[in-house]
Amino acid sequence: MELKTPLYEEHVKAGGKMVPFAGYSLPVQYPTGVIKEHMAVRTRAGLFDVSHMGEILCTGEDAKANLQMLLTNDYTKIKDGQAKYSPMCNEHGGTVDDLIVYRKSGEEYLIVVNAANKEKDYQWMLDHQFGNVAFTDVSDQYAQLALQGPKALEILRKLTDEESIPEKYYHAVFDGRVAEIPCIVSRTGYTGEDGVELYLAAEYAPQMWNALLEAGKDEGLIPCGLGARDTLRMEAAMPLYGHEMNEEVTPLEAGLQFAVKMAKENFIGKKALEEAGEPKRERIGLKVTGRGIIREEQKVSLEGTEIGTTTSGTHCPYLGYPIAMALVKAGAVRTGDKVEVDVRGRSVEAEVVDLPFYKRQK
Amino acid sequence: MEIREELKYVKSHEWVKEEDGVAVIGLTDYAQSELGDLVFVNLPEEGDEVKVGEAFGDVESVKAVSDVYSPVSGVVCEINERLLDEPEYINEAPYDAWFIKVKDITEKEELLSGAEYEAFVESEKE
Repeated sequence: MELKTPLYEEHVKAGGKMVPFAGYSLPVQYPTGVIKEHMAVRTRAGLFDVSHMGEILCTGEDAKANLQMLLTNDYTKIKDGQAKYSPMCNEHGGTVDDLIVYRKSGEEYLIVVNAANKEKDYQWMLDHQFGNVAFTDVSDQYAQLALQGPKALEILRKLTDEESIPEKYYHAVFDGRVAEIPCIVSRTGYTGEDGVELYLAAEYAPQMWNALLEAGKDEGLIPCGLGARDTLRMEAAMPLYGHEMNEEVTPLEAGLQFAVKMAKENFIGKKALEEAGEPKRERIGLKVTGRGIIREEQKVSLEGTEIGTTTSGTHCPYLGYPIAMALVKAGAVRTGDKVEVDVRGRSVEAEVVDLPFYKRQK
Repeated sequence: MEIREELKYVKSHEWVKEEDGVAVIGLTDYAQSELGDLVFVNLPEEGDEVKVGEAFGDVESVKAVSDVYSPVSGVVCEINERLLDEPEYINEAPYDAWFIKVKDITEKEELLSGAEYEAFVESEKE
């Protein structure tokens, strides 16, 4: 039996096709379909229910020291209201999860983790905590909505004042108010577009959901499901836990160097990453030049020699062609090389391209 | 869900129309709506043999790939090339967007009437 998010009834009312995902019943799409939902986010705006995500509070005078040890990124310089992405490694350098930490104050941080890893992450934190710190799983208290797309802020402005809107990307306003509802307004997202993610008390979720949809009517705002969320993140080449990385794949192999601060004094997994030296594998982008659609876990070969495996792949609605990401032997290919991917016994040609596949024009 | 009385159906959600010993085969409206936006189609070639209950091609939505099964055994005498360039046509007009035509039919699956197929879909939903 799957859990229901506070917006379950709204999804059913809107004709959402409900599927089980990370223990929750969530809409994979609405009657509009994945392609139209994807295009709405690229050209106008889309609204997602991401209440399945996990939220963990980290508080206490040693909160920062704990984060520094648990996470590969550096949290010494972030200011109140700022957010920072980080992988979390195991002792072997593999990835436990990837997450976002918000600094509320020097002794209070909000950690947002992947739904499927919620329990595992929480236990990992409890097992490795030290000093004066408390980790609290507050996932059930929060609903999370993502308003994404070039028109997202314009729509948001109809329901709030400027003080509630974070000025910069990866910043948040903790005491925001949108449609009269108290919430955290965060300038983040998983689509490659501008937009915000709102964290609010679960009981207000339907009210917020409907207020946003109503406010965005003229701008073409529509609700979007998990299907579009996945195609959007893929087009933007954003990694997804369980695909581009897992307990066996290091964040360096997954191409997340920007969030792994090897110069930091210490963090769990640092020793293993140092000892491993240059990553043995790397994440690459593929554009299908043959006929077919590449999916995950398909073998990639260069001139007949297997070099790795795809981690995600789909037809990209905005770009208009199929793409994939793959984990291959480091240095095996360069941009422009042609590789073959085994698609259920059939060889499909693809070209190595630079990531991201899609980057928004600022 | 649209069901056309003049067509026959199979439980794997294909429709069949028989004209002068040739079977025209496509995907039902229910199937296309369950699959979602289709973005790729794989078809056999003219002259290929197809067998009852075996996949003769596949369709891919943004999310997933699904096989398309043949309700008859025989030889492919025509394929709908339009679908290769325009898979979305299947979503738009499932009963016009036929996949293949099969001749020299030697075997047929148990075919359902429109009403029987509708009852089957309803029972599957539960």
